[in-house]
Amino acid sequence: MGKKSQVIEKDEVVIRFSGDSGDGMQLTGTLFSDTAALYGNDLSTFPDYPAEIRAPQGTVGGVSGFTVHLGHSEINTPGDYADVLVAMNPAAIKANVRWINQGSTIIYDKDNFSEKNIEKAGYKEDPIKEEKLEDYNIIAAPISSMVKEALKDFGLDPKSVLRTKNMFALGMVYWLFDRKLKYTEDYFEKKFHKKPEVGEANKIALRTGYYYAETIEALTPVRINPAPIAKGKYRNICGNAATAWGFLAAAEKAGLRLFIGSYPITPATGILEELSARKDLGVKSFQAEDEIAGICTALGASFAGNLAVTSTSGPGLALKSEAIGLAVMAELPIVIVNVQRGGPSTGLPTKTEQADLMQALYGRNGECPVVVIAASTPSDCFHYAFEAARIALEHMTPVLLLTDGYLANGSEPWRVPKMSELPEIKPPFAKRDDQPYLPYQRDDKRMVRSWAIPGTKGLEHRIGGLEKTIKGTVSYVPENHEHMVRLREEKVDKVAEKVPDLKVYGKESGDLLVVGWGGSYGHLITSVRELQSEGYEVSLVNFNYIKPFPKNVREIFKKFRKIVVCEINLGQFADYLRMNFQEFIYLQINKVQGLPFTVKEIKEKCIKILEDK
Amino acid sequence: MAESQVTQYSPKDFKSDQEVRWCPGCGDHAVLSAIQKALSELGIPKEKFAFISGIGCSSRFPYYMNTYGFHGIHGRASAIASGVKTANPELSVWQITGDGDALAIGGNHFIHVIRRNIDINIILFNNEIYGLTKGQYSPTSNKGLVTKTSPFGTVEEPFSVGELVIGSKGKFFARTVDGNIALSTQIYIEAAKHKGTSVVEVLQNCVIFNDGIHDVVTEKEVRDDRTIILKHGQPMIFGKGNSHGLILDGLKLKVVKIGEDGITEKSLLVHDAHESNPGIQYMLANMKYPEYPVALGVIRAVPGSTYETAVEEQIKGVQAGSRIKCMDDLLNSGSVWEVK
Repeated sequence: MGKKSQVIEKDEVVIRFSGDSGDGMQLTGTLFSDTAALYGNDLSTFPDYPAEIRAPQGTVGGVSGFTVHLGHSEINTPGDYADVLVAMNPAAIKANVRWINQGSTIIYDKDNFSEKNIEKAGYKEDPIKEEKLEDYNIIAAPISSMVKEALKDFGLDPKSVLRTKNMFALGMVYWLFDRKLKYTEDYFEKKFHKKPEVGEANKIALRTGYYYAETIEALTPVRINPAPIAKGKYRNICGNAATAWGFLAAAEKAGLRLFIGSYPITPATGILEELSARKDLGVKSFQAEDEIAGICTALGASFAGNLAVTSTSGPGLALKSEAIGLAVMAELPIVIVNVQRGGPSTGLPTKTEQADLMQALYGRNGECPVVVIAASTPSDCFHYAFEAARIALEHMTPVLLLTDGYLANGSEPWRVPKMSELPEIKPPFAKRDDQPYLPYQRDDKRMVRSWAIPGTKGLEHRIGGLEKTIKGTVSYVPENHEHMVRLREEKVDKVAEKVPDLKVYGKESGDLLVVGWGGSYGHLITSVRELQSEGYEVSLVNFNYIKPFPKNVREIFKKFRKIVVCEINLGQFADYLRMNFQEFIYLQINKVQGLPFTVKEIKEKCIKILEDK
Repeated sequence: MAESQVTQYSPKDFKSDQEVRWCPGCGDHAVLSAIQKALSELGIPKEKFAFISGIGCSSRFPYYMNTYGFHGIHGRASAIASGVKTANPELSVWQITGDGDALAIGGNHFIHVIRRNIDINIILFNNEIYGLTKGQYSPTSNKGLVTKTSPFGTVEEPFSVGELVIGSKGKFFARTVDGNIALSTQIYIEAAKHKGTSVVEVLQNCVIFNDGIHDVVTEKEVRDDRTIILKHGQPMIFGKGNSHGLILDGLKLKVVKIGEDGITEKSLLVHDAHESNPGIQYMLANMKYPEYPVALGVIRAVPGSTYETAVEEQIKGVQAGSRIKCMDDLLNSGSVWEVK
């Protein structure tokens, strides 16, 4: 295509596509990141959209964004601040101005900067002036009129014509980053094979944008060379899809049918949707009448011998508490996924948070231990969902898997595993000759009861929420209750045998140990690596196994002068560590804004801690 | 095929080794006997039965059955049973519940299992009172009932179980009386054979907290005149010596005396439990003494497709047309690129 006299090479870049929720920014961002991934960049993406399906047009509340961070080296976060902002309207400037780097490139649709839209966004005059962005690299492109002109003889209705605006903008960004259009063009051919005129219109808009960017000579193309990535097959995957696929893989490895009983809730719904689409792999998906029925149908399916999962977010986990208690008493395998969002109550449904940790650990009546695991990147949701299912099935226990809105919706390239690389899963099935079958008899090593599946002759038995003896007889004997309470706790503790050692990123000792858990990994590792390269004696541990803990925690902690626990809440994990490893002093970095950390703030706070006496 | 050979059972094969702990004189004992009798006559291997319950006196039921059993949490038995049946449609799944468990705390699950028409048998013990919590009013207590939480009488309207079942698009509704073991056994067998959600309302006596609540229709001396046992294809006839019957008078049912005003057996309505239009069945389910006799027997039994079968058929259909046969296929489908 076009000639490029001069190309700048860069290591990484953050691009944010932003517009009205109807402007198709999510698709634009996804198409760009797919193209970048196919080219060989490492990347991380994050969509940011309002809770309202169509908030009033043109307002800041209705802005929908999609951020792509791509690089020539390893990328672990979607980036704090954008280098390029595509703004389809004035509200997009308003919503993003604090999230762009000084001097960044802003491409905007000047046709959409009418007086009315400027006012709707809360500006009095030209947003560029009002925000003092004149020195930035501003590209005021007449996007709406250009697509109208390009498609005037095409016979499409005016609404459909304007819908291609996002592709014009994408075309400009492709030219700016020296990308080919082929992947996106193929996408339109496939997507609109029944409406070829719509596909063709989008392709024309894309190319028009590309050539427009070339013609105006206001931009210098940037090249981000491919990243050195391990050999293998790759695909882009978001956290919710990876979670769903982890369960599918576990079901196949265990030779069981997968059953999901769930109720739609943001931001967890994607898991239910993904599994509902997998009838080809035999999934039984049950969209229940409420959260409680979601887990109760799953528990019924577990009793009947399926690999049972239920997915939810914080408020839904609250509703499931009683049934989790039943699963603990009945000692049935089940995985409960909590995709954490801003709380309490309805809180910030579309935003991320890590404030359900205590709920996951303790939010039930009675002594009610479950295994708690947290995933730390969009793609490792696959691994931790698989492990959650493996532990649930092999240890006959509920497992609570924590992800969050940031992981669920974020995506990154993922090296596709082969099923043969994954471990076997062997549930402790009771056998027909295990007679008389005693439902709460355990093996000596792991304290795990055996699983007798209804339909098996001779193993008829009763379980339930009342306290029982080993035989399954209801018992109110005080000593028996304490004995069973302790056995259930011990059984969960024994899962530690399966928990891998905690990994230290950096030196084994030093001035500061940064401690994180779950989804803040990406920002913490990026911060810690930058601090290390600046000469600080800083290392990171990021917990995935929260109950039970890895065995080497104490050994690691004692080798650092200071420990700081970073989490998107007011300090729940720090408190949990204080309970369990009392001999250490825990400093805290906390943020509760519905947003992930930024690398900048983590670094600044860590440096301050290092400088404090 | 020794596996599929069905053993001949007697009711005692379904008795577990647990001591039955209901109050002496409780109606639940009779329900247990009738169900054990019905199960022994169904010809289904014992290991295929699963009894699921919620919370309440009746929900202790699974412990007394020598079958697979799961004693759940309050109100959620319909949901647990839905999961069991959907996961394994080969099982004969029974939900044991009460008026509080099914219609108050579990009302949502109750209406939705019926709407989905999952093939489970719901035996709803209706004693119009909360027994296990010691005597508070329930969603079926008559308006005005004085209980511990309604010392001046309730001010709320009760649910009618049949009305709720039909309103939830229910396909099978029957009513029986705890002590009538012969009728109950027959009804449980019909409920088990019906494909889809079957709801059987058992008028059950709580000897401690609501004793005699159903006596007005179940007492031996009056029951023939105050109840009607409906049989599909039979005229709606009742009373000592088959003295009375039901006819349609305009848009309402009317009790008539045979032999009066030219009424003969031929003038009476004939019960059609299989009619999908629930109009008459709805009126029958709602008949109350003294204006009408209380209807017993299978009031509605309409065939329809069941949820768990539809799920399995959909899976088969999708599998036949999909190129993804296993996880490796899925992992390598769509946009996958290779880094060499």
